[in-house]
Order: sequence, then structure tokens, then C-alpha cells
Amino acid sequence: MSPSIATNQTILVVGGGIGGMTAALEAAECGKQVILVERNATLGGRTARMNRYFPKMCHPTCGLEINLRRLKGNRNVRVMTMAEVSSVTGRRGDYTIILKLTPRYVNTNCTACGDCAAAVEAEISNPYEYGLSKTRVAYLPHTMAYPMHYVLDPSIIGTADAGKAKAACKYDAIDLDMQAETVELKAGAIVWATGWKPYDAAKIQPYGYDRFANVITSLEFERLADPHGPTGGKLLRPSDGKEAKNIAFIQCAGSRDENHLRHCSRICCMASLKQTHYVREACGESGKSTIYYIDIRVIDRLEDFYRKVQQDPTVSFVKSKVAKIVEDKDGNPVLHGVDTEGYHRYATTHDLVVLAVGMEPETNGIKLPDDLLLDSSGFIEGSHDEGMFGAGAATSPLDVNRSVQSATAAALRAIQVVHKTAAAEGGRP
Amino acid sequence: MSEQNQQAVARYRNNFLKEVEDRVEDGEWVKMCMQCGVCAGSCPFGPHWEHSPQKIFMMIRAGKREEVLASDSMWMCTSCYNCIVRCPRKLPITHIMHGLAHYAHRLGMAPKGQPTREIARLFWNNLAKTGRVNELKFSLAMYFKDGFVQGIKNLLAMQGIGMGLMKARRLNPMEILGGHKCKDKDGIHKMIAKAREIEERKQGYAS
Ligand SMILES: Cc1cc2nc3c(=O)[nH]c(=O)nc-3n(C[C@H](O)[C@H](O)[C@H](O)COP(=O)(O)OP(=O)(O)OC[C@H]3O[C@@H](n4cnc5c(N)ncnc54)[C@H](O)[C@@H]3O)c2cc1C
Ligand code: SF4
Ligand code: SF4
Repeated sequence: MSPSIATNQTILVVGGGIGGMTAALEAAECGKQVILVERNATLGGRTARMNRYFPKMCHPTCGLEINLRRLKGNRNVRVMTMAEVSSVTGRRGDYTIILKLTPRYVNTNCTACGDCAAAVEAEISNPYEYGLSKTRVAYLPHTMAYPMHYVLDPSIIGTADAGKAKAACKYDAIDLDMQAETVELKAGAIVWATGWKPYDAAKIQPYGYDRFANVITSLEFERLADPHGPTGGKLLRPSDGKEAKNIAFIQCAGSRDENHLRHCSRICCMASLKQTHYVREACGESGKSTIYYIDIRVIDRLEDFYRKVQQDPTVSFVKSKVAKIVEDKDGNPVLHGVDTEGYHRYATTHDLVVLAVGMEPETNGIKLPDDLLLDSSGFIEGSHDEGMFGAGAATSPLDVNRSVQSATAAALRAIQVVHKTAAAEGGRP
Repeated sequence: MSEQNQQAVARYRNNFLKEVEDRVEDGEWVKMCMQCGVCAGSCPFGPHWEHSPQKIFMMIRAGKREEVLASDSMWMCTSCYNCIVRCPRKLPITHIMHGLAHYAHRLGMAPKGQPTREIARLFWNNLAKTGRVNELKFSLAMYFKDGFVQGIKNLLAMQGIGMGLMKARRLNPMEILGGHKCKDKDGIHKMIAKAREIEERKQGYAS
């Protein structure tokens, strides 16, 4: 185990999405020492994998770029990727953290020239694209990756590809002997910005996500719409690669449901409204979006966005939670249910169904320090000793705007904790 | 209008939801329905009845007392439990439907001649007499419930099945002479009377 690399006046931020990056930068720009730990090979989190952002329909690269620039210009933040917290002990002002580091097999010499990827042959399902495409075993997570270094998938070790990759690299950046290690470090306060994950759509049995190729999740739809995505931005449906024009969005897929997630995921209504823009952009007047909903929940200022979508003649709304989906002989999904405005029974055929899946805490299912306070859905509320804080979507299903606000608040609280620690130790804060 | 019905109307006036909450089994769940429509869309009987559970629950909240209690929808429920399994609010829908049927029956408002209701009644009368179901008498009563001519037609139609059952010793023709009973028939009658008394008290009909 490597020795301690931080002090108890350090702030540890777990999770390098927009929430974690913000918390780390806010604290670092106030002069605090920050360690930002990210499990994946790159910072950016879920936001980097979206096509466009409501409410302004901007590209995620825009917000990311600003933060990455701030990060590069700041000496107080130390970023560790492919690192996961495996335990936290101690208390407010004096935590001991054990990190588990996974080998990247590529060191900082990497210039992202891509010669290694060109040299290897084996492919894996692309994690960044939710498995919608394949990538080589030597790959760059995405074009906005930070750090801008390639990664070797562990499956390459011991194969001929490993040697080919190493031989192809002109910068001696490939190190096949890298090992997994554990690192111990100290921190005075911890910000958990571990974000969210989509609810497992296959568990919603009547919707047949696991059985019907043309039933996909809202996250997969973001990838289809992205010009840099697996279909080059064309809305091609998985079963036969035909262009999907008549698209259904099913709201509350897994949310507001005692059998699945109890909470309202809050973002999915806005996400589907946003995604109707993708349909319009791809198909113009010949596209058709139908939103099946219990009630549309858009928060405060976002109501304007909803109004505009309502005025779009290619978008219609059906007030009904779809009861079940079946597939016709051509692979088209047929939606069955009863609408609440008049109790009409429908059986409507669409080209493609997008499930607006719920958001649950990414930390669901992993062991967190006992001291953390969680709400009934597992979102982080804080800690008993008031030295650990949640930030971003780890605290509740938040959009980017609200994640950033929550991260700034968490940074402030963490700063107060390390100030108090410093004062107690007689040092200058 | 039955006496019980008059009393209920007088007591709850226009608040049918309250009446259902107080008097129908699991009725307190009705207000939890968020009108999503999943139960209506999941019911295998869906297209064949007038009022889906979703609609019944909204009608209760809207105070449509006559229409709800006279509806034959809750009598159509086959207890498949599809709706209970899928309801996002975990309403015990099947139980509420049966509770409503029971309540409508007791107030004398259930639809006359509704087949499920008739069969339930025949079954109960048959069972309560001796403490054992007399299959033969029950089947005959069922066949002849719509008159003599229809009864003969039903008998002829079911002839093959009847013979098969007799051969397999599942149906004893001698049962027509009274049939098997519980040892303590009077005890059974007393037990049923007591259960009814407790139930009446629980439902607030007796003190
Ligand atoms: C379909 C859909 C569309 C959306 N569209 C929009 C939109 O248009 N506009 C908008 O404002 N919002 C949108 N959102 C919401 C947006 O995705 C979130 O607000 C945002 O991702 C929150 O950022 P975050 O940093 O809190 O979490 P995340 O983006 O989830 O980042 C968390 C990071 O923590 C890392 N991590 C997790 N656990 C650990 C661990 N144990 N150790 C180390 N690292 C860990 C993860 O790898 C990840 O990098 C959408 C959401 C959905 C579901
Ligand atoms: S935001 Fe909309 S789709 Fe998402 S859970 Fe809430 S109501 Fe359902
Ligand atoms: S499924 Fe449940 S919540 Fe939905 S309409 Fe039926 S009873 Fe109401």
C-alpha cells in the first residue's frame, strides 16, 4: 500500500461528473487542496454522454470545456481517474480513505495519437455508447476525455494485441506491467458527487426492453441522436436499421412506482420533451413524437420549454401510463393501454419506443460509510458527523443547473469543515 | 330501497368516498389511485366490461353512488391479480373490487340476474346447508337457474362431462338423496351465524 498523499485539511471529492468537477473547482479556487477521484478513465460523467442540453439545447462539450480549462489552470486539484473509494474510516476533520486504483496500461506520455488503437484488432462493446457500438481494445473514452489519454481494456493483457499496441506507440506510453494498487489518504471533508444511474429497464417486465429490439432507453436515444454517436446522428432503429419516424416516449419508466423506484426522477419529463426536438430535427414535418405520461412535471422556469413543445404539431400527448408493449410481425412495438381523458382503450403502433427511465443513485448496491445519511431512495443527504456532503445528482435527481448549485453548496460546507480542523490544530486556515 | 341502503344514504349523504372507505373492504385505498390507467390496460377482461377499476375509483371519488353499486364490472373480476401486481401505487385492486361487489349485494343494489352473482349465491346456499358442497345439486341448480327448458338443454350439453366425472368417481349420483354432510351440522350453522355477527359488528351494522 502506498503511503498517505494528503493531509486532514484536504477535501476529497468522489465522482468526476459535472457535480464533482464543480465542487472540486469551487473549493480549489478558494485555495483549498482537493483530490478529485473518478472511477472511470475520464472525467465528465453522464453529461458527456448526452447529445444536447435543455433548456438551451447546447452541446455538452461547451460546459465541459469551460470546466476542464479551469481544472488545467488550477494547481490545487489533483485528479485521479480509474480510482474508486473502497473504504472510509475516521470522522469529520480526520478521515482515512482507501482507494483502489485500476491499471490503465497507458502512462502520461500518451499524446492521444491513436497509433495503438490502429494496431490492435480485438473489439469490445463500447461502454460509452451503452453497448450500441463496438470499440477497439485500445481506445479513447471520448473526444472530450480528460485526461486525454488512451486506455487499454484489461482483456488485452496476454494477447498478441498487447504486444502490437506497445510496438505501435512511439512515445513509450504503454506499460503492460501496471498493476492494480491500493492507496491510503487523509482528508478533512468528503464530497460525494457519485451521480446517478439509469434504472434497469429490463425489470419493467410489461415493456419488454429485454425482449424487443425497438424498445430502447432515453440514454440510448441520446446516443442515436448524437452526430458523433453510433449511427452518426440518424435515428435508426435497432431491429432493422430503418429510420424511425413515429416515436413513442413512455414517461415514468420505473419511477413513481412502488414496484420499482418510489420517487419521481424529475428530469425525465424534460428529457423526453427535449428529445422531441431530436425527432423534429431528424425528420422535419414527417416525424411524429407521442408522449405517454401520467402528468408532465417540469420545474419552474422550464415550463416555457414545455409550452413550446406543446405548440409543435408533430408532438402529441396521451395521458396514460402504458400498460404493456407487444411486438407485431414486422418488429414494430404496439402500445396497449387506456387513456385517462375519456378512458379510451388504445393499441397504437410505433416505429420505436423510448423509455424515459428513472434515475437512481449510482451508489445503490455498493457499500458506503455507515455514517452517511441516505433518504428512502438511497440519495445522499449528508452525514451524522457533518463532515461528508452530497453534491449533484447523488443527492436527488437533478438537472445540470441544479447539480452545479448543489455542488457549490457542498464545496462551501466542506471548506467550513477544513477551516475548523485547521483552527482546532492551531494552524492558519 | 333496502333499509340498510336508506340508512347508508342518510348517514353519508353525498360523501360516497367516505362511505366506501368506512364500509368496503380495503376501501381506504381508493384515494391513493393516481389515475394512471395501468390496471385498466392490464385487465384481461378489459374490453368486455363497462367500468375498469381506474374508472370505478374515479366514479367513487366523483360520488356516482348508484352507478358504481349497480355496475356489473366488479362481478366480472376473475381475480387474476394482474392489476395488483402492476399498480404503481400498490392498491389491492382485486380486493377492492370484491369488497364493492359484496357491499352492493348487501345493500340490494347489485345487478339482478348477474351470472357470477347468481352462481356465488347458489354456491353459498348449497354449502351453508350441510357444511359440505353437494356437487350434484349445485350443478343442477346452476343448469336450471334460467328455467326448465334451458336446464334440460344445459344438461344435455354437459352430459359427456357428467358421465366422465361419474366414471372417475368425482360425481356421485346418489348425492341427489341428500348427500354427505358434516358430522355436526348444527355446529356449522352456529359457527356461520357467529361469524356473521362478528362481521356485522366490524362493518358497523350492529353493536
Ligand atoms: C435521459 C436524460 C437526459 C438528460 N438531459 C439533461 C439535459 O438536457 N439538461 C440537464 O441539465 N440535465 C439533463 N439530465 C440530467 C443530467 O444527466 C444530470 O444532471 C447530471 O448528470 C448530474 O451530474 P453529476 O455530476 O451529479 O452526476 P454524474 O454525471 O452521474 O457523474 C457522477 C460521476 O461519478 C463517478 N462515480 C460514481 N460512483 C463513483 C465511485 N464510487 N467512485 C468514484 N467515482 C464514482 C461516475 O463515474 C461519474 O463520472 C438528463 C438526464 C437523463 C436521465
Ligand atoms: S419527471 Fe416525469 S417522467 Fe420522470 S418520474 Fe417524474 S413524472 Fe415521471
Ligand atoms: S393502476 Fe393503480 S394507480 Fe393506476 S389507475 Fe389503476 S388503481 Fe389507479
